[in-house]
Amino acid sequence: MKQRPKQQPRRDGLEMKRHITLRINGTEEELHVEPWWTLSHVLRDELSLIGTKEGCAGGHCGACTVLIDGKAVMSCLYLAMKARGREIMTIEGLKGKDGELHPLQEAFIEHFAVQCGYCIPGMILTAKAMLDENPNPTEEEIRAGLNGNICRCTGYVKIVDAIMSAAAEAKV
Amino acid sequence: MALRFDYLEPRTVEEAIALLSRYGGTAKLIAGGTDLLNAIRSKLLAPQHVVDIGSIPGLDSFTYDDHGTLSIGALATLRAVETSAQVKNHHTIISEAAGQIGSIAIRNVGTIAGNLCHASPAADMAPSLLALGAKAKIVEPAGERTVALDDFFAGPGRTVLAHDELLVEIEVPAMPPQAKAVYLKHAIRGAADLSIVGVAVMASLEDGCCRNVKIALGAVAPTPMRARNSENVLEGKTLNHALIENAGRAASDECRPITDVRASADYRREMVKVLTQWAIKRVIAENEQANNEAAAKATATT
Repeated sequence: MKQRPKQQPRRDGLEMKRHITLRINGTEEELHVEPWWTLSHVLRDELSLIGTKEGCAGGHCGACTVLIDGKAVMSCLYLAMKARGREIMTIEGLKGKDGELHPLQEAFIEHFAVQCGYCIPGMILTAKAMLDENPNPTEEEIRAGLNGNICRCTGYVKIVDAIMSAAAEAKV
Repeated sequence: MALRFDYLEPRTVEEAIALLSRYGGTAKLIAGGTDLLNAIRSKLLAPQHVVDIGSIPGLDSFTYDDHGTLSIGALATLRAVETSAQVKNHHTIISEAAGQIGSIAIRNVGTIAGNLCHASPAADMAPSLLALGAKAKIVEPAGERTVALDDFFAGPGRTVLAHDELLVEIEVPAMPPQAKAVYLKHAIRGAADLSIVGVAVMASLEDGCCRNVKIALGAVAPTPMRARNSENVLEGKTLNHALIENAGRAASDECRPITDVRASADYRREMVKVLTQWAIKRVIAENEQANNEAAAKATATT
């Protein structure tokens, strides 16, 4: 349990920052948050979990995707207050016990699915939620599942290949 | 997010109403927040108080009663309704429409009720729910009232909800026994994109005659709208090509689209005609398939 520094009292009439606990990648984090802070802000700017990216800050690009109770969620459109009592997973939490990469991460490397990399944490977490729900997706289903994640480099072909191969590997 | 607000968490519907009453127009409800946070960020809204109904128990359910009426709670997410086997079975169009809103990550958080209350003219749940004759159950300080969805939308971003009222449930009646319904969304980037035109058609085909016809349009008027002239063209008539043609034309004539970044008014009008015709044809095809299957079953048993 990490302790965050105590806050200063404020004079703008609004209530003080709220003291909350979030469960992130299996660790309880104690935080003082403003009620209007989004989860992406708290992850990046309060906890330095900068694997989560913010692209459009409007729910269109998918770069900020994290998993909440196993489901893909845009963390830029999700209040940190709403994440209390839930299990949050960021890209940092995907690695195994001994730091080994997740099969999806391996597949992305294997298939050269990464160019600039900005969309990749969102892509991989979206893919994880997709495969957890449907371990045998068709290419069409993968493409439909990724329609909220924009990549401006790859043209998606290699990303889809990587997810297909990770799904196939998991079956073996 | 630059704008600040106080955050309140009522535990009951009554508490939520009391908070909304106390803060007048300066408070806004939040369910999933995918629309509200965007509106706050782009400075379209600047609520001083945000009332989160997310901790009110029971509001996330969606259930069927003995009459086949589907009740969708205020917190039922788009994704939960989309993937429900029961909804897929009894109200296929609702499941399909819910699956055409945003990405999965948006649908995991966004709610059906929120899509309606945000009152975008392009709200993708609206045409299907209008075509199915849905009703909005609203709680107000004095009690409860029920409003037909036909009377729910008041203008772009506006509904009949007063500042101290809450949409607690959407009631969707069972579809007429033989009716089929289809929602067609026209958008450049698929579900994740806003609709240029949305068309929902419900109808049944009885001895070649159209019955139970309801048609609703999205993104082509200040609010989602019923295309009643188009319905009248079909209702009770024997189906033929000219009739479908005319129904499409009637819908195109009665819609009131604008030109914006997504499309011109003329283009929208043309697409209303085309999509209405396609949707009617799809509904008819589904009807015929169901009739054929029923006939085949009847022959098999005799």
